Amino acid sequence: MTNEALQGIISSWFPNPDADKVSEITENSDVEDGSEEQPEAQKSINPSLLEFIEEGSQFLNVLVQPEQFYALMSQLKTNEETCFDYLFCLSGVDWGEDLGVVYHLESTIHRHIIVVKVKTEDRENPNLDSVCDIWYTAEFHEREVFDFFGIKFNNHPNLKRLFLTEDWVGFPLRKDYVDEINMVIK
Amino acid sequence: MEQRTTIDKSFKSEPYQINMGPQHPATHGVLNLLLTIDGEIIQKVEPDLGYIHRSIEKMCERDSYQQIVHLTDRMDYLSSNINNEAVCLVVENALELEVPERVKVIRTIIGELTRISSHCLWWGIMGMDVGALTTFFYGFRDRELINDIFEETCGARLTMNYNVPGGLMLDIHPNFIKRVKKFIAHFKTKIPEYDKLLTENIIFQKRTKGIGILTKEDAISFGASGPVARASGYSCDVRKYHPYSALDKVTFNEALRTEGDTFARYKVRIQELWESLSIVEQLIDNIPEGEHRVKTNAVIKLPKGEYYQKVETARGELGVYVISTGTKSPYRLKFRSPGFSNLSLLSHIAKGGKIGDLVAIMATIDLVIPDIDR
Repeated sequence: MTNEALQGIISSWFPNPDADKVSEITENSDVEDGSEEQPEAQKSINPSLLEFIEEGSQFLNVLVQPEQFYALMSQLKTNEETCFDYLFCLSGVDWGEDLGVVYHLESTIHRHIIVVKVKTEDRENPNLDSVCDIWYTAEFHEREVFDFFGIKFNNHPNLKRLFLTEDWVGFPLRKDYVDEINMVIK
Repeated sequence: MEQRTTIDKSFKSEPYQINMGPQHPATHGVLNLLLTIDGEIIQKVEPDLGYIHRSIEKMCERDSYQQIVHLTDRMDYLSSNINNEAVCLVVENALELEVPERVKVIRTIIGELTRISSHCLWWGIMGMDVGALTTFFYGFRDRELINDIFEETCGARLTMNYNVPGGLMLDIHPNFIKRVKKFIAHFKTKIPEYDKLLTENIIFQKRTKGIGILTKEDAISFGASGPVARASGYSCDVRKYHPYSALDKVTFNEALRTEGDTFARYKVRIQELWESLSIVEQLIDNIPEGEHRVKTNAVIKLPKGEYYQKVETARGELGVYVISTGTKSPYRLKFRSPGFSNLSLLSHIAKGGKIGDLVAIMATIDLVIPDIDR
């Protein structure tokens, strides 16, 4: 399937971003008890929930908000037209101000590829939804991302450090990580 | 049975945990598996990783692209040339650099020889793990011949560093074609011997058939690739679906089986030996004349953007994901290693089996620990 067709299908799942947003805010305000720091006004600034980018990459990129992220991922896997059943790469990225995760997905039936990106601005306590129950491979990859970037994944069955020891301080692949003894800065 | 009741009263059965590794010979490296077992039945396998983690991805963020090629040798050291090729391809694609046909053909030949060499070593160790020590010597005997060819052309036997962005470091040695042809003729008589010695061995078959079954759906969901996935009927050969270098010019069959057990994974690799041999045979007489390298700038700066390249190593799909901001080093570089994803399914397929089965399963998953602990 071409990138345009993919974009069309995915957009059709979230038909009216404004309507979605309104319902989402009201939903959230029902659930939230004020502990969430993010003000509601900030959400309404976002013009759309999905952002499609094709520039600077050989694949179609989708940038999704953390709130919509899990719904989009499970739809990408289960929808017959997209059927992205193979998560072949899951990378944590530190974009300077934002922390985020990049998911490379391929369909073993249609053989098309898409890249999904999700970002969070909270560096102190970054929290994203886990996709372990959609793709089993995510369990290990998310543990790796937690180990090196400190991103916590909600609903992960066994979220603990994978490569480093439990008492390791800091998250080495973050750009602001400092280790004066072991790191050689050129 | 009634006599046993007194024993049952005094001994109660409970699951307990033991460590397998990090110095266990069957883990082929420093991998520690925490096994939860009930008697000899495995309930859970939890890998404890990081014994040789060097954080290659962090090192890449301060290195130039030429230097990164050298680091990739140290990941899956048995597929070192294919790893090098992956980084070179990603750089060449980003720079839109067209490498000569000669380079492509030589890269593919050496890549397939690397695969044969890796599978020879795997075959030797596979036999050894299930109790047939002889295979180790047979496998190493044939692998030596390939390593000698590499030594003559690349100067190194294992960590070859033969690829550079833009082509090859040096042209092939004058003896290369002659020796490769000699090897093909030799190895064609040896694979049937492998079959006679191990494949048809009834003890070996009993140790492997029906053990560690992986279904196609699980293989896809666990992100399995390479022979592990293809033994479950999941067609995933990167060489077929995303051909690179000269692989679009050759004809070969993707080794596929549907049983998904340990024996199927074994058979897929044996068939891959034949297929790789056939690829080398198709190309060795048709190496085009020309330059072995295109000149690149001494300091390579990739244009701003994101690049992804996948290649098929001996263990499966290796992905290189580069985010560049236009400087001489990548902003972020991620290696998607086949071993890491393949390891994640170990607990799933080993559950309910015996510890002896786990050794056989691990042998056919063909783990290389530095590939997992990048």
